Amino acid sequence: MPQFNFASFADFLAMGGYGFFVWLSFGGSVAALLALGFYSKRQQQQFIQQQASRAAREDRVRQHTQEQQ
Amino acid sequence: MSHANVFRATFQRELKLLARQKADWVNPLLFFIIILTLFPLGVGAKPNLLREIAPGVIWIAALLSVLLGAERQFRQDYRDGVLEQLVAARSPLVGYSLAKIAAGWLGSGLPLILVSPLLALFLGLSTEALTAVVLTLLLGTPLLSLLSALGAALTLSADKGGILLTLIILPLYIPLLIFASAAVEQASFGLNYQAQLAVLAAMLCVALALVPLAVQKALKLNVG
Amino acid sequence: MFKWLDPYAKPQVLFATLLWWQRWLMPLSIIVLLLGTVWGLGFTPADYQQGDSYRIIHVHVPAAIWSMGVYAWMAIAAFIALVWQVKTAQWAIGAIAPIGAVYTLIALFTGAAWGKPMWGTWWVWDARLTSELILLFLFLGVMALQNAFADRQTGDKAAAVLAVVGVVNLPIIHYSVEWWNTLHQGATITKFAKPSMDPSMLWPLLICILGFALLFGALTCLRLRTAILQHEAHRPWVRQYVQEQQHATV
Repeated sequence: MPQFNFASFADFLAMGGYGFFVWLSFGGSVAALLALGFYSKRQQQQFIQQQASRAAREDRVRQHTQEQQ
Repeated sequence: MSHANVFRATFQRELKLLARQKADWVNPLLFFIIILTLFPLGVGAKPNLLREIAPGVIWIAALLSVLLGAERQFRQDYRDGVLEQLVAARSPLVGYSLAKIAAGWLGSGLPLILVSPLLALFLGLSTEALTAVVLTLLLGTPLLSLLSALGAALTLSADKGGILLTLIILPLYIPLLIFASAAVEQASFGLNYQAQLAVLAAMLCVALALVPLAVQKALKLNVG
Repeated sequence: MFKWLDPYAKPQVLFATLLWWQRWLMPLSIIVLLLGTVWGLGFTPADYQQGDSYRIIHVHVPAAIWSMGVYAWMAIAAFIALVWQVKTAQWAIGAIAPIGAVYTLIALFTGAAWGKPMWGTWWVWDARLTSELILLFLFLGVMALQNAFADRQTGDKAAAVLAVVGVVNLPIIHYSVEWWNTLHQGATITKFAKPSMDPSMLWPLLICILGFALLFGALTCLRLRTAILQHEAHRPWVRQYVQEQQHATV
């Protein structure tokens, strides 16, 4: 059973003096991956919304021309 | 039309164009020489320093001067509709591409080789180093012509062709840069550089085999 | 031989399949990554030489390995697109490239952060970092080429050609840079010293490598689905899907 390697949470954050670099690496990686994930998700949602508004617009135009006839 | 006929016809036409539009080969050559002049002006004219950076500088200047003319390679034929005709007629584009690349090399690569003794003057190259420069240029400039033609074919109908061409070709050029400049460096130390030349020759062979096919594919998809 | 794959070339079928895969790949990849990183950060002993800074290996190595793996997959998709003219494979290139670029950036960024305490500088021209940098340029080149055309299809096809050309060049570039590095190596060791890894330290690393792979799969599913929607926008099934999505959010 793996043991927690550090004496305290403060030690964990300090990473034996290398805390800045370790947390910079992990934090940066997580941030980059989250950014990619959310960006991709938003890309899809934006497209769906665009298509929905276009469909709604087409419906309105069709209705309008039908009413006129 | 057979491969050989297409090749011959295209090659002759390109030679005529080169003879008439001198700027097509004079400008890149001047560019090459000017870039080489910039380096001593930028980093200082210490002979030792220049001799040390000469191999890399020469090859970067060669790359830039070849890339300068690359965009124009297929553009005229694309605009005039010549390419469209060739694709529609199911002409063997490989013959056409090879002729274009060969003529392109005559216009962009050969002048560099002929002018290379000047480099001995500007950058203080020894005779051994100069021989190495000529040999690497002999093997490397055709490779450069092949790569730049690939870039030109890929970006033919792109919106911002010029810089994009350079960006996609530069990573592919790095192995050539590494081995060519290493060969010249070895020569300047009086060491044997046959291994590096062999690698250059191998890269050239691989490129000769594969690039014309890729160029053909790229031309077709840009015209289609 | 590949007849069983034929249905998946159809965008609509592929879309549904990708959705199914994405549904479980995404949470699984997050769990695996959390497991690997927490284990590696807190539950393994420190390295004898490098202390706790070696823990960066858990993000640097998987990102570096998969930056190359992603390029390989992108090239496979490009090859399928060029040889068999499969449209969905063409679209996959644009979906995959940004993932590879981000993985490469992470490899570079964590490599620099690891290098600073070890070698004293943020950047060092060692073989691996230089190769990763060139790989980044290759990814960016494919992305730039794909987006440079008014006609999206031409862009997809051109990017496919470039991806295949790039994959042929990858080993050449890799070995050239390695060779170049031995040439210009100074007295100092510029290779990242392999931390002497006790087997207990290997497990979290392997789990992280798996996690990065799963995440690649999940993100590809997501992005390829978007690409399918974009390319098939005029089809009735897409219109229906859009309608369903609207009613779901509203």
